Amino acid sequence: MMKKIFFTVLPILSLTFSAQAELRIDITEGTFKPVPIAITPFDGGGDPQLTKVAQDITQVIMSDLEGCGLFKIVDPNAHIQSARDVMTHPRFPDWKILNAEALVGGLLARNGGNLQVDFRLFDVFTESQLTGLSIGSDASNWRRVAHQIADAIYERITGDKGYFDTRIVYIAESGPEVGRKYRLAIMDYDGFNHQYISSGHTRVLTPRFSPDRTKIAYVDFGKNDKSPNLHIHDLTTGQAQSLGSVEGQRMSPRFSPNGDHIILSSAKGGVTCLYKMDLSSRKLEKLTSSSSAIDVSPCYSPDGTKIVYISDRGGTNQIYVRDAAGGEGTRISFSQGRYDNPVWSPRGDLIAFTRQNAGTFYIGVMRPDGSGERMLDSGYLLEGPTWSPNGRQIMYTCQPTSRGKVGLSAIDIVGFHKKKVNTPGEGSYPTW
Amino acid sequence: MRLKITSLLAAGALLSACGSSTEECVEASGQGGLAAAEMAAAEAACVPGSVADFVENVGDRVFFDFDKSAIRADGMETLRRQAEWLNKYPNYVVTINGHCDKRGTVEYNLALGARRAEHAKKELAAFGVDSNRIKVVSYGKNKPIVEQDGSEWAYQQNRVAITVLD
Repeated sequence: MMKKIFFTVLPILSLTFSAQAELRIDITEGTFKPVPIAITPFDGGGDPQLTKVAQDITQVIMSDLEGCGLFKIVDPNAHIQSARDVMTHPRFPDWKILNAEALVGGLLARNGGNLQVDFRLFDVFTESQLTGLSIGSDASNWRRVAHQIADAIYERITGDKGYFDTRIVYIAESGPEVGRKYRLAIMDYDGFNHQYISSGHTRVLTPRFSPDRTKIAYVDFGKNDKSPNLHIHDLTTGQAQSLGSVEGQRMSPRFSPNGDHIILSSAKGGVTCLYKMDLSSRKLEKLTSSSSAIDVSPCYSPDGTKIVYISDRGGTNQIYVRDAAGGEGTRISFSQGRYDNPVWSPRGDLIAFTRQNAGTFYIGVMRPDGSGERMLDSGYLLEGPTWSPNGRQIMYTCQPTSRGKVGLSAIDIVGFHKKKVNTPGEGSYPTW
Repeated sequence: MRLKITSLLAAGALLSACGSSTEECVEASGQGGLAAAEMAAAEAACVPGSVADFVENVGDRVFFDFDKSAIRADGMETLRRQAEWLNKYPNYVVTINGHCDKRGTVEYNLALGARRAEHAKKELAAFGVDSNRIKVVSYGKNKPIVEQDGSEWAYQQNRVAITVLD
């Protein structure tokens, strides 16, 4: 259950104005240096409980910003001012000596039963306030408050929306390979506030969020484990429903950008074709036809005009792009090996994919015309990439060795900062 | 028609040399010191027309090469025996389960497993089995038959279409 969070913009501290260029990371450039940021430990005003929450919030902000690879945290042991002082009269020359380029301070207070967190972000070189917010929320919500502060800092410095106040749905796996259990689970992007959605009594695969993140489309094999159908789980009601069973085995569901239909694959008679299904009428429309090929893993471009998918019609799995309205599709992948799981970035600029070559799996990206291909990670078994809502991070399934555990990893496509995402057990196929 | 087999796999493992004679089987299992239930199962394996008869004597699985769905010569021979048996016992309906080893993606392997199962179905139909008696379902790489520790044998066991008597 989401609790309400209230925002107020803090008035800008009147500070001396300097004519230098404002602090900004240009993350469209290929190379950049992480921005050194000093995050002073937030102040709980002497209240022991608030002091503890303040420490926790500071920790989460630091973990978010450091984890994305675009920031370098200035060692708190070197700090020369408290958060309370930073909030009212930051001594910029002293912070410059520590090479801090950005400076953050924050205060916690009680407001009735609620938690009130004020924070300010400063540009040390121009000696100016970049942003400041006052956030009010139920105290139990402190993690979200921290993520939102990190989002505000990220957005102000990079110009992109942050992705820290977001959630992941994935397949929680347990048990040996034979007889393994698969459950839908949801958690914060950093693995906290983990909850199971499905019971584990049915085999569930390949979950995908709706554009508004209120629904999940996935494959469910049913109680008899023999009836693979597409299902939609509604997070607001907690209810799941089947999209109906017909001849042919349906798979690879993905929502359209406006959420009114899904695109999918259906296997019948040894051929797998793409379809779209209107979610109100459940009417199916066939998009590709072939006498022998597998067309699978379709995904729309964010403007809905194109579809990227996998086809083995040329002999091996390759990435094809076609107009949503029709057409044969143009192959865009040409490196050695085979490709799977193409996913269009929410920014529209890149397509992430799985590639397999000579026994190694890769997660990579290329432009929608196939140019600029680069690999981001490789290993024994990597698959199932998903984009952060701002199109700057990719999360995916990673099994490091043949006997290793299956888990989730995330990588920043600019900072190349790779990290493991914590889950209570094994996990695969995240959707972000 | 259908017999209850409680420990089919155990019986299968112990009686790999099981022939078609009931007498031989019981004798063999007796030497192995099997429990009563296992002996019953072992005996059942040799009852013509039983599930165990199909699994043990005909062969319920067809194996595939890596990333392929073409039926190999050994698979074709198995399917010919399956069709002969199914034509002899027309009361059975079957589901062919398509499986893949884990060296691929969940999504593509669901489609590949479906294609493997469909190819097996096509051959059974070509050998005269009414295709209305045959369902197919693909588990892709998500329902392996044996643990995959990196050995080629384990991967091979999971690149399979298994004909299951319903």
